[in-house]
Amino acid sequence: MDASVQHDQATIPDGDKLSSVMQTIAEHKGCGTSGGSGKASCGSGAGENDLPPEIWEKVKNHPCYSEEAHHHYARMHVAVAPACNIQCNYCNRKYDCANESRPGVVSEKLSPEQAAKKVLAVASTIPQMTVLGIAGPGDPLANPEKTFKTFELIARTAPDIKLCLSTNGLALPDHVDTIAGFNVDHVTITINMVDPEIGAKIYPWVFWKHKRYTGVEAAKLLTDRQLQGLEMLTERGILCKVNSVMIPGVNDKHLVEVNKAVKSRGAFLHNIMPLISSPEHGTVFGLTGQRGPTAQELKALQDECEGEMNMMRHCRQCRADAVGLLGEDRSAEFTTDKIMAMEVNYDIDSRKAYQEAVESERVAKVVARQEELASLAGQSSDIKLLVAVATKGSGLINEHFGHAKEFQVYELSTAGAKFVGHRRVDLYCQGGYGDEDSLETVIRAINDCHAVFVAKIGGCPKSDLQAAGIEPVDQFAHEFIEKSAIAWFKSYLDKVNSGEIQHVVRGDAEIRQGALTSAA
Amino acid sequence: MTLKIIASQCTSCSACEPECPNVAISEKNGTFVIDPKKCTECIGHFDEPQCAAVCPVDNTCVIDNSFPRYQPPA
Ligand code: SF4
Ligand code: SF4
Ligand code: SF4
Repeated sequence: MDASVQHDQATIPDGDKLSSVMQTIAEHKGCGTSGGSGKASCGSGAGENDLPPEIWEKVKNHPCYSEEAHHHYARMHVAVAPACNIQCNYCNRKYDCANESRPGVVSEKLSPEQAAKKVLAVASTIPQMTVLGIAGPGDPLANPEKTFKTFELIARTAPDIKLCLSTNGLALPDHVDTIAGFNVDHVTITINMVDPEIGAKIYPWVFWKHKRYTGVEAAKLLTDRQLQGLEMLTERGILCKVNSVMIPGVNDKHLVEVNKAVKSRGAFLHNIMPLISSPEHGTVFGLTGQRGPTAQELKALQDECEGEMNMMRHCRQCRADAVGLLGEDRSAEFTTDKIMAMEVNYDIDSRKAYQEAVESERVAKVVARQEELASLAGQSSDIKLLVAVATKGSGLINEHFGHAKEFQVYELSTAGAKFVGHRRVDLYCQGGYGDEDSLETVIRAINDCHAVFVAKIGGCPKSDLQAAGIEPVDQFAHEFIEKSAIAWFKSYLDKVNSGEIQHVVRGDAEIRQGALTSAA
Repeated sequence: MTLKIIASQCTSCSACEPECPNVAISEKNGTFVIDPKKCTECIGHFDEPQCAAVCPVDNTCVIDNSFPRYQPPA
């Protein structure tokens, strides 16, 4: 947990000082999105019309890949594979793998049998649950028996659940055929570099073929195996996402290179995540004071890579065993004890019915946005700004400002509303922040936004937000996000054009560095 | 001689267990332990002790000096 620290809003910490790394910071994550034009914004940014049909079919209900789907569908991860075959400087193996989850969080380790039962129990209770992932702590392919046993058990009882795994890639080429055999159609590879010199600064060693390799030799081995594995997967038609951790001063500029390398090998999506680093995580980077990027730095890199390929902006570096819609954690309902005592009745039909209802809701949302967008037509302006939205899901502005654990951030321009990321604000006021006002932390997290859309907001926070230059907007309560945002933007432009208000550019915001440790 | 695992440092990640050529490593009460009767320091199998090479925590799988040096059978 973030002991004791924080610093001023939008400060860019000096990368070399221990004290300055201890940050607060809101989480801004990236998942690319539609180029903002009126497409059905599917995660990656691609909508139905941009993707080959077989890929759209695979992506459409995947909350990690489809930005739109993640409002409606849920994924869960189970931790069955604690061993790892490499060492990353951003990882402390006492905790979860930083690749897919937040450092500083410990997942419950499960046997394949326990994991399968948990998945079925959750899927029967939460019909949105459509994706099962195996990620950290550890590397699923350093534990192939446990990983594939879990898949086998689930595929048998719940063939409608999509399987995915994330790996550091070292062992990937050896397992591609097994992966294909299990019908695992989503694989995430964490690739932080394609240059071994840079890799040597990120990976102290790898363990391969009974030997520990270090330095540049280790990084060379890793990058070769990662890229080979990626090629082998895409050749077999298996959907591949690449995750990269943005480490300022180490691989930040280099990630543009990585983006090209993975794109040319058929990766379908590239997710750039900020380094989350703080000394109390006990990681090498945490201890050396390596800082993570600010929200603006991250967005700039994501924007730079976006022209190249689909970027993913809704990834929240979720906990490996989080249960529920992305961003909402229900794992406390499903502890091992509770699950083992549960009678699980897997009902495929009611799941289907639920999912059909969701489909029609999604269509309605897209139509609403198209209509609103049409009314923007003809307007031209260079103004581009960010707004934050409090939502519980379903693509609606349906969360109270004071209850919001995170805000979704949209970029508005005459091209429409484009989803660009999340800011986590939960637990800000817990441990470490002492009596600091939690409202201040929220403001810091969305400091780069012009407005915040909420279902409801109290009088006090309202005036504080206004004082900070962020307009609280509650007149669109329970309406569709994008439609409302476009409508608001239209009136904003009108006011600017009539001289009633002046458009000012806002500052940077902070990415939260603390681990989300409170949700059990 | 054999290797031992410093229990206070072991993360229980289980990485070492399947690497041991002599099946000397097992889980006991939440951490992993090496059976000194089975460990051969990997001599005759690999160039370096596998448990130490794969272990994420430095100096956790270490030589246990309280045992005599392992003698490979002639
Ligand atoms: S791959 Fe994951 S578990 Fe392994 S060292 Fe890296 S971050 Fe840690
Ligand atoms: S040194 Fe080799 S034989 Fe001994 S416990 Fe470790 S892996 Fe097994
Ligand atoms: S590899 Fe090291 S940390 Fe992991 S279980 Fe073995 S001794 Fe413990």
